Amino acid sequence: MASNGQCPSIKNILLLDSEGKRVAVKYYSDDWPTNNSKLAFEKFVFSKTLKTNARTEAEVTLLENNIIIYKFVQDLHFFVTGGDDENELILASVLQGFFDAVTLLLRSNVDKREALENLDLILLCLDEIVDGGIILETNGPLIAEKVTSHSLDADAPLSEQTLTQAWATAREHLTRTLLK
Amino acid sequence: MAQPLVKKDDDRDDEADYSPFLGIEKGAVLQEARVFNDPQLDARRCSQVITKLLYLLNQGESFTKVEATEVFFAVTKLFQSRDLGLRRMVYLMIKELSPCADEVIIVTSSLMKDMNSKTDMYRANAIRVLCRITDGTLLTQIERYLKQAIVDKNPVVASAALVSGIHILQTNPEIVKRWSNEVQEAVQSRAALVQFHALALLHQIRQNDRLAVSKLVTSLTRGSVRSPLAQCLLIRYTSQVIREAGNNTQAGDRPFFDFLESCLRHKSEMVIFEAAKAITELNGVTSRELTPAITVLQLFLSSSKPVLRFAAVRTLNKVAMTHPMAVTNCNIDMESLISDQNRSIATLAITTLLKTGNESSVERLMKQITNFMSDIADEFKIVVVEAIRSLCLKFPLKYRSLMNFLSSILREEGGFEYKKAIVDSIVILIRDIPDAKESGLLHLCEFIEDCEFTYLSTQILHFLGVEGPKTSDPSKYIRYIYNRVHLENATVRASAVSTLAGFGAAVDALKPRIFVLLRRCLFDSDDEVRDRATLYLNTLGGDGLGTENDRKDFLFGSLDVPLVNLETSLKNYEPSEEAFDINSVPKEVKSQPLAEKKAPGKKPTGLGAPPSGPPSTADSYERLLLSIPEFANFGKLFKSSAPVELTEAETEYAVNVVKHIFDRHIVFQYNCTNTIPEQLLEDVNVIVDASEAEEFSELFSKPLRSLPYDSPGQTFVAFEKPEGLPTTGKFSNTLKFIVKEVDPTTGEAEDDGVEDEYQLEDLEVVSADYIVKVGVSNFRNAWESMGPDCERVDEYGLGARESLAEAVNTVINLLGLQPCEGTEAVPPNSRSHTCLLSGVFIGNVKVLVRLSFGLDGPKDVAMKLSVRSDDETVSDAIHEIVASG
Repeated sequence: MASNGQCPSIKNILLLDSEGKRVAVKYYSDDWPTNNSKLAFEKFVFSKTLKTNARTEAEVTLLENNIIIYKFVQDLHFFVTGGDDENELILASVLQGFFDAVTLLLRSNVDKREALENLDLILLCLDEIVDGGIILETNGPLIAEKVTSHSLDADAPLSEQTLTQAWATAREHLTRTLLK
Repeated sequence: MAQPLVKKDDDRDDEADYSPFLGIEKGAVLQEARVFNDPQLDARRCSQVITKLLYLLNQGESFTKVEATEVFFAVTKLFQSRDLGLRRMVYLMIKELSPCADEVIIVTSSLMKDMNSKTDMYRANAIRVLCRITDGTLLTQIERYLKQAIVDKNPVVASAALVSGIHILQTNPEIVKRWSNEVQEAVQSRAALVQFHALALLHQIRQNDRLAVSKLVTSLTRGSVRSPLAQCLLIRYTSQVIREAGNNTQAGDRPFFDFLESCLRHKSEMVIFEAAKAITELNGVTSRELTPAITVLQLFLSSSKPVLRFAAVRTLNKVAMTHPMAVTNCNIDMESLISDQNRSIATLAITTLLKTGNESSVERLMKQITNFMSDIADEFKIVVVEAIRSLCLKFPLKYRSLMNFLSSILREEGGFEYKKAIVDSIVILIRDIPDAKESGLLHLCEFIEDCEFTYLSTQILHFLGVEGPKTSDPSKYIRYIYNRVHLENATVRASAVSTLAGFGAAVDALKPRIFVLLRRCLFDSDDEVRDRATLYLNTLGGDGLGTENDRKDFLFGSLDVPLVNLETSLKNYEPSEEAFDINSVPKEVKSQPLAEKKAPGKKPTGLGAPPSGPPSTADSYERLLLSIPEFANFGKLFKSSAPVELTEAETEYAVNVVKHIFDRHIVFQYNCTNTIPEQLLEDVNVIVDASEAEEFSELFSKPLRSLPYDSPGQTFVAFEKPEGLPTTGKFSNTLKFIVKEVDPTTGEAEDDGVEDEYQLEDLEVVSADYIVKVGVSNFRNAWESMGPDCERVDEYGLGARESLAEAVNTVINLLGLQPCEGTEAVPPNSRSHTCLLSGVFIGNVKVLVRLSFGLDGPKDVAMKLSVRSDDETVSDAIHEIVASG
């Protein structure tokens, strides 16, 4: 039991397209040992959540004793799965971190095509959020920074530039709301 | 799967489904991977190829051993490149390939070099990769670096080392335990996530040392924990400490609980929720402790975030199971959640409301649920149906609206499991609430008119055949049943024929009309249907053999041998001149102490259970006793107790006893099991010493001829006792038998046996044995109609008790009566409680009891006991039970 003094743990993170096909997935638990069981789980989760409106706020459901937090943007469906006694809000923070980081990395063009074209960034992003089920980082901008940090030293700071831009936009936005 | 998923899209919709991986093929990508071997590395190109390989793996493609090894060796070449982006991809690739031990050695030196690099990102990632792929032997080599990394000033590096430590702890705990000092230092880190990871690791290192965990928690709850995640961990550890400390912390200072409560005021919702959840899950939490947690959860209920609403309503739903009163404050917020967009939230809200609702709100709730049922999934509907079933049993007066609701959802679309849940619920209501019978049966009739599930149709038809003839106007069901004979498949037709015959046999007035219908069935296209019709027509109509009762018994009486025994006997029967004799089937029931223990007091539910299914234990006891001629003149069996174990678990001989109470007799049925394969027991008998039960006199005992290994048998001892009185006493028992050795190879027993004895535990006959639990649906009506003529009222002091609930339970168990209207549940922290009980006393005297409890002083419980019955001696007897208990 997670509340029995255990560390919060993530069972999987899924990024599927609007037909339920994989864009990128990462499993951290042995609950789904084969590729077929993984695909079956993805199909099940996808079909169960398809009709819900998870575009403005992250939604949540309980399926087969797993809590699944999900959010949709354009033709991408983001999912984070945890055990049924996990703190829902911790799972939600992981999803939010993943989502924010992807938004930054894809320069706000969050759709399937962009995601596939930058699949390396998405995979690195998954790698920086959770390690073997243990949460590494939930802060979106920090995750994005870790993913792109190699460009700090390299000479082609393309994605870093966009990150700076993103930061600037965010700062601007914040000042505007504060001044209101 | 030779081709990746994307390939399929190829010919369907190129434009919309454009993907950079369109038409990708494993073979081609593996070819491309040769660029890794180029002397002049093109970092960009290599990154792209790795991404393609990772894409293939991610889509579920797998590499053969040879392919994986080839790719691995090629990838190791890329350590030559100084491109950071490429190196990151190399790390990822190595983790995905999870190389075997001798391959790991190839990359170890490169990774160790990176672990000492000046670039933070290299250090962090190299640690994670190396710890992932390495085995124990290498760990000692890199341990020094890992210890250093834990206290690295870069938080990413420190976290990488700590998280790796958590993983390694599972396989090589002794190594990680040596890092305690460094980890402890990291707990003090200013970086939020480092503190979280360090705390998790430190706790895991020390988790078996309670004192250390307690100290750790104490020091941290005082200090400041930076990240919400670490705070959540601390809450979990704190509630663990509270749990393990048990009740010792009840009085006075409670720093740990105070910490949990203070977390309810934290600025992060994650922490607030974790604390609220922890408080609600504490053992023996009181209402006062619950209140602040419930209050924050109530605030979450109206949040704009679905996740918060879900988390809160789910926790409150759990609280409602144990502390329904504590949650009632949230009912208004809950009701607005019934229309929540998120159906999981709506269902949880509904079921919570059904648990906490009172009688007056039932109708309003039903209305709201009706609107919402149509658009939730079947599994949620089943949850709702089950909640409604228990609500109906709690408030039997409301059966009308609940039954209407069930019948209306029964008419709507739904899968088998859902329909079965509804039908089961209706059947249970029909059985437990007599007033609901007629309307319930009609609903079931209407349902089979349009039922696509053969299983449900046949079960309902059978149930109709049992219950229908007992109603005031059985003829109205005939039409529904006969329609089945026209419209359904053979299985349903056959069971409809049986049901019709059941009506014909039970109701004489209907008999001629039923015969007309049955004759029509003689022309059915199916053998089974025709056979059944012929059988019923000839046995019921003809003046054949035996009396009418005999014939009815033959057709509809239950089989007086257990099915299992019949099955084994039939299997052993070899076709010969001699016909199979049903009397040769052993009637003794195999006792099933295990199954009975698993479901203590649990009512059989649904269609598969009595009366339509296998006979209940009471029925089977009765039949078993009747089959023994010596007991035949004892009259009607009044009550059979639950089995009482007379031996410890896992002893040589397992014995439990069932007490059968008759008007003037009592029979002890000893169920014995021999658990030694090498022994055969013969002439098994229980010697009962009744010297402490003077009013009982032993009549006779019925020994068990033989008791082979693992095949339970029964022996009986009968006593005479004063008529109609709740005579009590204590009996000591000794098992007496002759042991014969069994040759394990041949399974044959030796001829000579040795007499032996085995001491069993004592057995008591108590007053509660003379009372049968029978509920009444409306206690007040029953109470008033009974009148005050034979009422006996008295007050008792029960002395100091652990809690009011405990006192109430003790008295209920002492009296062995059925609690009515859910009054056995005592709301937490109440100072007084009224409990209503009903039952039947030996001699078939109905008894109603009203118990009023009050707390007198801090722990002392006082009780006022009012008894009404048809016989004042019985009322007095109840008082005596309490007075002497």
